[in-house]
This record gives sequence, structure tokens and C-alpha cells, in this order.
Amino acid sequence: MRITLNVWRQKNAQDKGGFEKYDAPNVSEDMSFLEMLDVVNEGLISAGKDPIAFDHDCREGICGMCGFMISGVAHGPESGTTVCQLHMRKFKDGDELWLEPWRAKAFPVLRDLTVDRSAFDRIIASGGFVSVHTGSAIDGNAIAVPKPAADLAMDAAACIGCGACVAACPNASASLFTSAKISHLALLPQGQPERDRRAINMVERMNAEGFGHCTNIGECEAVCPKEIKIENIARMNRDYICASFKDRPAVARLAD
Amino acid sequence: MKLDARIPEGPIEQKWDSHRFKMKLVNPANKRKFTVIVVGTGLAGGAAAATLAELGYNVKAFCFQDSPRRAHSIAAQGGINAAKNYQNDGDSIYRLFYDTVKGGDYRAREANVYRLAQVSVNIIDQCVAQGVPFAREYGGVLANRSFGGAQVSRTFYARGQTGQQLLIGAYQALERQIGLGKVEMHSRSEMLDLVIVDGVARGIVTRDLVSGKVETHLADAVVLGTGGYGNVFFLSTNAKGSNATAVWRAHKHGALFGNPCYTQIHPTCIPVSGDYQSKLTLMSESLRNDGRVWVPLKAGDKRAPGDIPVAERDYYLERRYPSFGNLVPRDVASRAAKAVCDEGRGVGPGGLGVYLDFADAIKRLGANTVAERYGNLFQMYERITGEDPYKVPMRIYPAVHYTMGGLWVDYNLMTTVPGLYAIGEANFSDHGANRLGASALMQGLADGYFILPYTIGDYLASTKLAPIDANHAAVKAAEARVNERTNKLLSIKGKRTADSFHRELGKLMWDNCGMGRNKTGLESNLRRIPELRAEFWQNLSVPGTGNELNKELEKAGRVADFLELGELMCRDALDREESCGGHFREEHQTPDGEAARDDEKFAYAAAWEWKGEGQAPVMHKESLNFDYVHPTQRSYK
Repeated sequence: MRITLNVWRQKNAQDKGGFEKYDAPNVSEDMSFLEMLDVVNEGLISAGKDPIAFDHDCREGICGMCGFMISGVAHGPESGTTVCQLHMRKFKDGDELWLEPWRAKAFPVLRDLTVDRSAFDRIIASGGFVSVHTGSAIDGNAIAVPKPAADLAMDAAACIGCGACVAACPNASASLFTSAKISHLALLPQGQPERDRRAINMVERMNAEGFGHCTNIGECEAVCPKEIKIENIARMNRDYICASFKDRPAVARLAD
Repeated sequence: MKLDARIPEGPIEQKWDSHRFKMKLVNPANKRKFTVIVVGTGLAGGAAAATLAELGYNVKAFCFQDSPRRAHSIAAQGGINAAKNYQNDGDSIYRLFYDTVKGGDYRAREANVYRLAQVSVNIIDQCVAQGVPFAREYGGVLANRSFGGAQVSRTFYARGQTGQQLLIGAYQALERQIGLGKVEMHSRSEMLDLVIVDGVARGIVTRDLVSGKVETHLADAVVLGTGGYGNVFFLSTNAKGSNATAVWRAHKHGALFGNPCYTQIHPTCIPVSGDYQSKLTLMSESLRNDGRVWVPLKAGDKRAPGDIPVAERDYYLERRYPSFGNLVPRDVASRAAKAVCDEGRGVGPGGLGVYLDFADAIKRLGANTVAERYGNLFQMYERITGEDPYKVPMRIYPAVHYTMGGLWVDYNLMTTVPGLYAIGEANFSDHGANRLGASALMQGLADGYFILPYTIGDYLASTKLAPIDANHAAVKAAEARVNERTNKLLSIKGKRTADSFHRELGKLMWDNCGMGRNKTGLESNLRRIPELRAEFWQNLSVPGTGNELNKELEKAGRVADFLELGELMCRDALDREESCGGHFREEHQTPDGEAARDDEKFAYAAAWEWKGEGQAPVMHKESLNFDYVHPTQRSYK
């Protein structure tokens, strides 16, 4: 099949950027979307032009490095799928597609479809962990975890940190990402000792990074390649409110 | 050069304990005076960086991805082994040790393997405490599954995403230390050279992959946790960015390379679909717990799988290996698949595939249970192939997955360059000639959490290092080498892309240094690879400049290193005139087609020394002694 691509080209963070049109003839339906772009890039290099820069690594939908908008939808038209796992059989001959980077103030564009998502790392660094030094753990089976709790925690922990939720949200909110980590740890006994401070610190950090607020639109859940549920956001809000009552100094800090 | 593995004296059960007691300690107040560089943030590197920082050292960590959470450990699906014996099925530290030495076809160092089995139990405890959501039974206790090469259930798992969850655990521990200011994290940063001062590793030179800036980082010790080199083959289950650059540059500075020819070909991957293929996708070995592997009995049988009656199917693993059946180790399963395809009985396009059939499991357990166990894998398979494995059997074929070879290290995980350590898949490891399933995660975390943090302290406490700064001649020389090389890659301005050279190298390696190897093919590669390398340096095309985000430049540098490493792999494979584990020399097989080892001549680890461009490398031997697990012909029948 033949596909026409309009790709956002932007040399660096300072450049204004704009769309450029490319032709992808001879696309096989067994190709992944990124393999199709590889072929386009080989052609660009042969023609002495700069290839399209896009992030990717594992190409099996788990590392979370890839992702861009395909005609306005984060990771493209197939639900529950990262762009590296999206295959061309989901498109048809003659399709014209528009590829854009994640658009959010907290994710500055580095080049073309590549953005800086280090804000996510800083949110985790602010509290997305259990403080347990190597060597200080008790026997694994000494902590009983009810199977339903373990399963729910796993559902939340499946987040790959790709940023699609932010890109899809009209407010560019990182609530789905942040709440997935808060939920994962709040659902497990191991996460209880730090549950309150984790909720406060992570939400505070998320706001400081310049992400917008959640207004329950649900776009994030719709595009999440790991199908993380927005009930995690409800859990985050509940934990945050409870923690705010319990931890007044933290609330005072937030009011500053 | 005399290789000293520094294996502690005493009975195997006591070696690690007595070594830990004898090693020197750095007093807590002094730890903050030391800086350690950790390159790579996967299970080994991430765990080491976090643990060293927890101990009080200053850590500088590096990864080429945009976040330390993306290292390729994340893609491991099936699980992690530990000798917990929670299933009461006869497991023990000794049995895990025994299984691993045997599974490695008697080419691993016994003392290291025993230590690995010992700390395996601590890893599970640590990961549980971090909040890793391992699968649980209804009673709240940890669940286990079985894996290839073992007759006990000792594998812990988190659905089909065990690597992801363990890595996120290590990543969260690392981010905690970053937040506390103990780790300085450099993402999108690639190590391009090693700084050696007075014969000792003191730092690295990196390129910032966004700005192109070349930077030097100095420290008191350098740790490489940069993973394996399976991408030499171009097509592998590794991530696209996985590369051997850090270990190869270290090798060129004097770190010996151990057993480069030991590569693991994983039996259950999705077959290649076309020339544009950029990588291969693994289907977890855990699928072999419930899936049955078969091909048609007759060559050239083109009927749809459902139309072939059971009597006309060959469940060849169950037939050839009745006691292990579909759960034989990976090397055995891969070769068996190749054998039936060579007989013309392969299925799917090109005849390079075998069926992995879940029909019986669905009948026995119901589709829901199968979905609970393997749902995400089935979904991934369907996305890639467009076929529904609940209805038609999966088609699978072996693919390069892991490299048992790597930088040679002693018992302390130090390479032959003092102060330079290699951990996880980057070292030549504890897996001998073949790694058992669910043991890579175990080894990465063992090295990172529980071994390196002890042994590096001994080095730092007992070594006197002179202060150095960025103006030192060795630093300037290393930076100059990096700049010169970058300029060289950019100035060729030829006609072929880095990928086109990489694909060609990969094909040579797969054809002649893959699942089956022979003298003729390896000798042909030893002629062809240098020719290809020469063409690379004359006809490479890299667009853009060195002062910007330039993915083609990154690729070109990595391919240049693969072009040298590939040659060393072939040389080692040619030299090892025996078959063992993943290294199958067609000249050396038993009458029924199994690997024939030659323990008299080859019970050693081959450690290769770089002698300079155009010079033949020199091999040093570390002889392997088997005082506990006595080598026999490995049998899974």
C-alpha cells in the first residue's frame, strides 16, 4: 500500500518547526509503524536529507520510549497499543497521516517527534518508591498480599511512562501517570508507611513541573497503551485529600 | 598475562561468607569521599547505582535512553529464579547451583554460580519489599511457575512483565537516591571511551546525545552494566539501542573479553516476516509450560494446522526428550527446531517456523486461565502477526536473545583493568555456555544489589588513588580519541547507511556463527567481516553533524564496534573445537545430534586480549574446575 505522511519537523527546541510531506510507497501490511518510518528514513538519507528523529528502543511495547501522535491520536488508531506495536495492516492504501510530537508544556520538543519527558522521572524521584535499603528486607512470604490487591497493583504498575496520557489530555495533565504509581504502592502493604507523604509529594511535584489539572475528561484512559484505568486518579485524589488532613505542614507548604 | 580469578579458599558453601568477612570495609564517613561511575541502568546497573548510593558513595549513573527506566531488562517476560523452595518440591540453593552449572554445559565458574544461588533468595525478599507486584496465591503468598532446564517450580513472576516490574523496582530505588542527591543521573548520554590513569580505570568520556557535547566524568571506580551484544546479529530480541560500545572500548583498553562465541538463541520468537524487519519479538519461554511444540510429520505438508490429525503431527520435543518434554533448555529446543526445519518440515512463510499449540491447554484449563497466564503475550502475538493464538497455533522460530560471553571478570566482578567492573549481561557471567530461563534477571540483580556493592568497597579501601582533574593528559587524550572518531564517521560521506552495513554483518553472523557453526563458515566470516569493515570506513553515509541530536551518528558508532566484535566472536567459535551449550560446532555432535563437549581440551573460559588494529588477538585460558558438579553428557531425555 501507499501512505502519505505529514511529519512535524523541528531541528531543536529553539526552532519553530512545521509539517513536511513524505511519500511512503510499497508499504507492507506486516510492517510495524516504526519499520515503515525506518524505510522512509533510509530513503531520506540516500537523498542526502536529514532522517526523521523519533524515540524508540525495545520495539515490543514495554520500554515506553516510543510515542507520537498519528492524526491526532496518541500512539495511533489501535487501542491498547504503543506505536512500535502498531502494524500497517491497521491502515489502508492511500491513507494520509499527520505525525506530531507529544504536545505539552512540560514535555519540550527536542527534535522532530522526540520530546523531553524527564519531568516523569522527577515525579517518581519525589516519592514514587518504598524506602527500603538493599539488605533490609524481610522474607518475601512474611508479607501476605491478597491476590485481588496484588492484581490491582499490577494493573497500575503496568504503566510504561510513555507520556501518551499527557499528550491526549486537553489540560496536559500527568494525573494518570502519577496516580498509577500512587495506586500501585498504596494498594500493597509495603506502600503503607509512606502512603501519605508519597501522595502529597508526588502531586506537589506534578503541579510544579507544569502539567495541567485533571478535569475527568478520560482521554488519557482512551489512549493508554497499557489500559491504565482512571479509577487510579480517583484513588490518588482520595489519598491526597486524606493525607492533606493528616499532614498539615505539607498543606501549608503547598499554600505558599 | 596470568589470569587470576581470585576464587576464595574453602568449601563452596563458605566461600562467599568468608570472602565477605576478609574484604576490607570503607568506614561510613569515608564512603562519601568516593565517587563511582555506573554505566547502564538496567537490573544490574540500576540496582548497583541505587545500592552504592544507599551505602553513602557518590554515584554518577549514565544511560543512553531518555530515562533510566527504559533499559532493556524491562523486556524480560517470564520470571526470576530463586531457591526459596516455597513449593516444597525439593528445591535448595545446592539444586539451583547444580541446575545452573549443568544448564551452562559445564562451562561456568562453580564458585560464582554457587554465590548466585545463595543470594537468589535475598533478591526476592528485596524486590517484594520494594513493592514489586509478584503474582500471588489466594492465601497471599508468592506464586511460582516452572521454567526450562529445571524440575522444580522456582520461578517468581509478575504476569508476563517480570523484567519490567523488577526494573521499575530498581529504578524507583535509583530515583529515590537521585532525589536525595546521592546519584547524579545522566540520561541520553553514551559512554564512548574509558579514561585510564596509571593503569587504573578513573573515568569515562561521554557524548550528550541531545547537544552532542563531549564530556569527561572522573571517579574512583567505573562499573559497566551495559548489557549484552546480541545486536551484532542485527536481528535479535534486544532493543534497537542495545550495543556493545562501552564494553568494546573497555576491551580495547585492556579488559579481556570472555567467551565471545557463547550466544543464546531463544527458541520461542515470532518468525521474520520481511526484509524491512527491524527486530525480533520474543514469546516468553513460560509459554512452553502449557504450549506443545510440533511440526507436521511429513515434509512439505501445506495443510492448515487444524486440518492435520494428531497422528500426522510430530511433537518432536516430547518424542526426543520424554522427561523434560517441551521444557528442555533453550539451546536444545532451538537446535531441535532448526533440525525439523532443515528437514523441510517447518511451517509458515519460508518454512522457518514451528507450531506452539495451546489447544490442549485451553481444553484442559479453559480459555480464561490461559488468558490469565499469557494474555498479554497472546495479544502481542496477534498484533504482530494478525493471527489469533486462541484459535490457531502460534508460529515460532529461534532468535538471538542473550550473550553469555562478555568482559572477563574475577570473583569480585572486576575486569582485567583494575578499578573497572562489569556486571549483569555485560560480564562473561555465571551462565557458562548456556543460560537457563529466568536466570538473567537473577544474575543482574545479584551482581547489582548484593555482590558488587561489597567487592567494590574492598577495592576502594585497599587502593591508593592519586587525585586527578580534567586537565590530566589521559583525559585530554581520551577526549581527543572520541572527537577524532566522531569526525571520521561524519567525514566519510559515502553511499551506504549504518543500517545497511549492520544488516549485512548480521546476516553473516546468523548464517555462519548462529545456531550451527562450522569451520568453513567461520573461516569465510573471518575473511568477509574485515572486508565489510573496510568498506564501512570508506562508504558510510551519516547525515547531519556531531553537535545535534543525530541518531544516525549514534548508530554508526555502534555498528563500527559490532564490526570488530563480530570478528572476535567468529575467531572464538573457530577456536573452540567442541560443542557446548549455545555454541554448536557441527563437526562435534553425538550420533543423535546433541552437543558433544570435549572436557579434556576445552574445560576453560577463553579470555581474549586486544592487540591493536590489524593484529590477531591473543587468547588466555582460565581453566575451570568442577569439584562439586561433575561434568557428564547433559541429558534431558
